[in-house]
Amino acid sequence: MAGGVERWVERHLRWILPAPAVIAMALLLVVPLVYTAYLSLHEWYASSVLGPRLVWLDNYAQLFLRDERFWPAFRVTLVFTVGAVALTVTLGLGIAHLLIRNFPGRGLARTLVLLPMIATPVAMALVWMTMMSPTIGVLNYVLRSVGLAGSAWVSSPRSVIPSLLLVETWMWTPMTALICLAGLATLPSEPFESARVDGASGWQIFWHLTLPFMRSTLVVAALFRTIDALKVFDIVYVMTEGGPGFASETLNLYVFQTSFKYLNLGYASALIVVFFTLILGASMLLIQVRRSPP
Amino acid sequence: MSLSRGLRRATFWCLLILTLAFLLFPLVWMALGSFKTQVDFMAYPPRWLFRPTLANYEKVLIGGDFLKFTWNSLVIAAGSTAMSLLLGVPAAYGIARYHQTRLGVAMLAARMAPGIAFLIPWFIVFSKLRMVDTYLAVMLTHMVVVLPLVIWVLVGFFEDLPRELEESGLIDGCSVLGVFRRIALPLARPGIVATAILGVIASWNNFIFSLVIAGNSTRTLPVAIFNFVSYDSLNWGGLTAASSLITLPVLLMAFLVQKHIVRGLTIGALKG
Repeated sequence: MAGGVERWVERHLRWILPAPAVIAMALLLVVPLVYTAYLSLHEWYASSVLGPRLVWLDNYAQLFLRDERFWPAFRVTLVFTVGAVALTVTLGLGIAHLLIRNFPGRGLARTLVLLPMIATPVAMALVWMTMMSPTIGVLNYVLRSVGLAGSAWVSSPRSVIPSLLLVETWMWTPMTALICLAGLATLPSEPFESARVDGASGWQIFWHLTLPFMRSTLVVAALFRTIDALKVFDIVYVMTEGGPGFASETLNLYVFQTSFKYLNLGYASALIVVFFTLILGASMLLIQVRRSPP
Repeated sequence: MSLSRGLRRATFWCLLILTLAFLLFPLVWMALGSFKTQVDFMAYPPRWLFRPTLANYEKVLIGGDFLKFTWNSLVIAAGSTAMSLLLGVPAAYGIARYHQTRLGVAMLAARMAPGIAFLIPWFIVFSKLRMVDTYLAVMLTHMVVVLPLVIWVLVGFFEDLPRELEESGLIDGCSVLGVFRRIALPLARPGIVATAILGVIASWNNFIFSLVIAGNSTRTLPVAIFNFVSYDSLNWGGLTAASSLITLPVLLMAFLVQKHIVRGLTIGALKG
């Protein structure tokens, strides 16, 4: 009998091994998501004594047509994401080009480059806040000592997004640099050597060989960065809480405030469904780009 | 020829130093600031040379509940990572061995979902079960980040194991389960350790879940330091000292398993 059980286990091992993790993920992730989608069709304040009231698509109509905070938050999220992806991927590729070379201390340099993405984001966001103080901050000191005007950084609606992008770029360029470094390490050497023999310049090699060969790697880096930048929360919540006014309110922040400040759970759920769809759509797009030939 | 080579070498070193300066400056600034008195910190132009003081650390460590928050962070990071490994190691082995790419893709989907999407249902469930502000509740929420990460990284490690050793195990009469336990697990141990450290870092750094689910008795360090700043926003010395204390453990871990971290993260990323 025991032998029978063992054989059964052995035959179905491909399902048994992942089963506990899959069940855990279903309970922790899928069930809550389905419940959120269900709740998005209801009006419900957590502060109210009444239960959820079915309103069908009212929340969505409100969100797309009448909500004065949704579209600005949508715009801020898009601008932030495009900026963050462009900056981190470009700089990451550049840094990877530096770190792929052989030089004394390369191992140490590669470790040091990692640190910003490992350091606790909330703590680092607070440290950046002290650096960005308009009056006595070290960043304005540096700007002024090279003859530039100081910036208001996160306290002005005009400079708040660039300031947040600076912190985001600092924190996540290490990630893209790592991915690019792994990509560079797997490039075939022959085409590069023959191009050099033919007298191609560094830029020509970069444009006509490195970039096409690195296409898939760069799209993967962009995919990860897009997902994370669309979801940005920690640094914005800590540094600006969406302000000044609503100048840096991203979708994630707006959802958070709607849920846990206004306790408007039904409406927040509708926002979440739209938000998640946006992330899913952007990711699918990039995955398609990676699969399709150039 | 040699002049242009010298020029190129100089450009390379300049760019490298510039890169490192940009990436390390905030960390150096934090460390410096943690040893400054309030007067030194508020000085303009900023002071690079000053008489270091340990008063900030003293205040952080002795004054409030910092050690309690550290303990909370530790327990939650260890608990959520242990549970994730328990579920994730067999799952990753199964995915790697039987090429179940679809399950791998599901892990990527889990990464896409915004954490906030789960917070409302959990908050309701945990409130009903009177579990808000318990270690278990916070650990479970952290698992949403840690479990997919663990599986994602471990699949790469298992796929890289030499297949021949496992096959010879099968020929010698081992069951697949036996091969997993006696051959694959010991071989993958460095990978599992590195993965565990990545899991601990992810949980230690997590903010949004703890912000909502953790309360007074389970508050973790990131939430604690954020609250600290809300009521004492000008105490930069205390802020940087606390930040240094929070960040130092994870930075040390990064140094210890640097190679594995790089490999794990990029393998996971490039195989998607």
